[in-house]
Amino acid sequence: MTTETFARFAMACLLACSGSAAIAQGLNSDVPTIDIKNGTATATPIAVVPFGVEGGGLPPQTDVADVIRADLNRCGQFRALPKEDIVESPTRGEEIKFPTWNMLKQAYIVVGRDVQGAGGDVRVEFELFDVAKQQRLQGLSISGQASDLRGVAHQIADLIYEKITGVRGAFWTRIAYVTSKGTGNNVAYALMVADSDGFNPQTVVNSRQPLMSPAWSPDGRKIAYVSFERGNSSIYIQEIATGSREVVSANKGINGAPAFSPDGTKLALALSNGINPDIYVMDLASRHTTQITKHFAIDTEPTWTPDGQKLVFTSDRSGKAQLYETAAGGGDATRITFTGESNARASISYDGKKIAMAQGNGNVYRIAVLDRATGETKAISTGSLDESPSFAPNASMILYAATEGSRGVLFAVSADGRVSQRLVLADGDVREPAWSPYRQRGQ
Amino acid sequence: MKLPIRVILIATIASVTLAACASKTKPTPVASDTGTQTTTTTTPPSNTGTYSVGDLDTDSCLRQRIVYFDFNMTDIKPQFQAAISCHAKYLRQFPGARVTLEGNADERGTREYNLGLGERRGNAVSGALGSAGASASQLNTVSYGEERPVCKEHTEDCWQKNRRVEIVYTAKQ
Repeated sequence: MTTETFARFAMACLLACSGSAAIAQGLNSDVPTIDIKNGTATATPIAVVPFGVEGGGLPPQTDVADVIRADLNRCGQFRALPKEDIVESPTRGEEIKFPTWNMLKQAYIVVGRDVQGAGGDVRVEFELFDVAKQQRLQGLSISGQASDLRGVAHQIADLIYEKITGVRGAFWTRIAYVTSKGTGNNVAYALMVADSDGFNPQTVVNSRQPLMSPAWSPDGRKIAYVSFERGNSSIYIQEIATGSREVVSANKGINGAPAFSPDGTKLALALSNGINPDIYVMDLASRHTTQITKHFAIDTEPTWTPDGQKLVFTSDRSGKAQLYETAAGGGDATRITFTGESNARASISYDGKKIAMAQGNGNVYRIAVLDRATGETKAISTGSLDESPSFAPNASMILYAATEGSRGVLFAVSADGRVSQRLVLADGDVREPAWSPYRQRGQ
Repeated sequence: MKLPIRVILIATIASVTLAACASKTKPTPVASDTGTQTTTTTTPPSNTGTYSVGDLDTDSCLRQRIVYFDFNMTDIKPQFQAAISCHAKYLRQFPGARVTLEGNADERGTREYNLGLGERRGNAVSGALGSAGASASQLNTVSYGEERPVCKEHTEDCWQKNRRVEIVYTAKQ
């Protein structure tokens, strides 16, 4: 199958999935449209057979296999066999006729079933097989609420991903983003949180004034963000589940670019004190702030290295914005980007090996990834005003914001840039995506 | 050699004050005005004329509340000096008046960087008003970065409208 046909099949499948979910949820306008822009022929072929249903209740509204298939497709490393090409429907390992799947050139096959329990509980059992070896690699079950079957499906996709690639999956995660609707003095801003595939959007905060720069706490329970509701930029930290929030920084001038330290005890931020922004670190328990950079340039967008020892930030001290690195306790800053006219807004992979950034050349802004070992930089987006990259917690994908006409949309792109997926999450402008850390159960 | 320089200087002052206090049209470059305006230097020095609060709504110079900037630049272009002189004069005259300088940027560059850029622009206007006699307590800068565009097209025509500082009176007297 060519890449193009695969992409068309995948798109048809994904559109079908999102369409049926829209009907099921009755939320047509809020359900994301997912398009895969280009597939990749080198991705691993995997068949995810529609799951059986046991326990006698009504068939569930969510087709677990559809969700898993969509997850595996959008990460770029897998090519899930389109649903319509699945000719047999085993739901248990002993029912699999391996020659069939061999003929379909599948490397792996997943079968499973939903077992419905009392009181809205559901247990989903699944098995993963290596088709060529006819060998069972995994057999597990995930329990959850029937109302959260998508969440259960994402967890299964994560387990399959990890079993085959050796890297923890990041499908059962969330994304935060900012939306705006309207123009002029009548703009409604919202900070939203949704599943990593854009489903189940929830409003975290609504505002008539701009909202910016959402940043997740490392435990995934809180979001720090910038709001202008007090008339000037201020930084809030809000608990997602309860909605309780507090202002942690409301100094004169800019209060911007919050970033939690990896251990969650500190917040890096940009404060201008009415003069020009520098990088500071706030101890969240005492609220004491330490100045990290002191320069007449604009220093902003601090990001912690995964070990919490360093900060990478944006500065225009050399004329145009570039990325610099400094010790998290302060000290000299070293420039780390040298390709492209400008580089800003770093997102660092969990292993610290890659830095995604918004790279500007003339009037074209694209997402580029710097490999810190080789020093090479590679563009992974193709738009003209792409910004705000955010790595998935396993670095398999990068979310970013792009423009489409006069509106903003989000894209998720595989880390190698080969598979790109457009998420349309709302009417109006969607921007500043931030990928959550791994989720813990019960969250 | 001395006389022409003096003439030009007078002409410069005249055109600035005229543009500042009388002219309804956009301030035009000094050089093109020199010939015609040297004879009409009757406008008093700007610090002796008086404004009324109502002039904020009616005076063509005080009604100029937006200062535009070049891409990634924060210096105030000559054509906006006249409006800044008028606002400084008004602020000197009404010590209770307060303005917020709302700094804005076009969409190019990252959002947080543009917050910094908007603040630089706001501070540039604030500094110019201060140099012209407004007191620091009357001046407040807020940067909105690229968060409050007046248009959303990805063209220079639109971008130049968004690279601006808006002079917003929060107290008129």
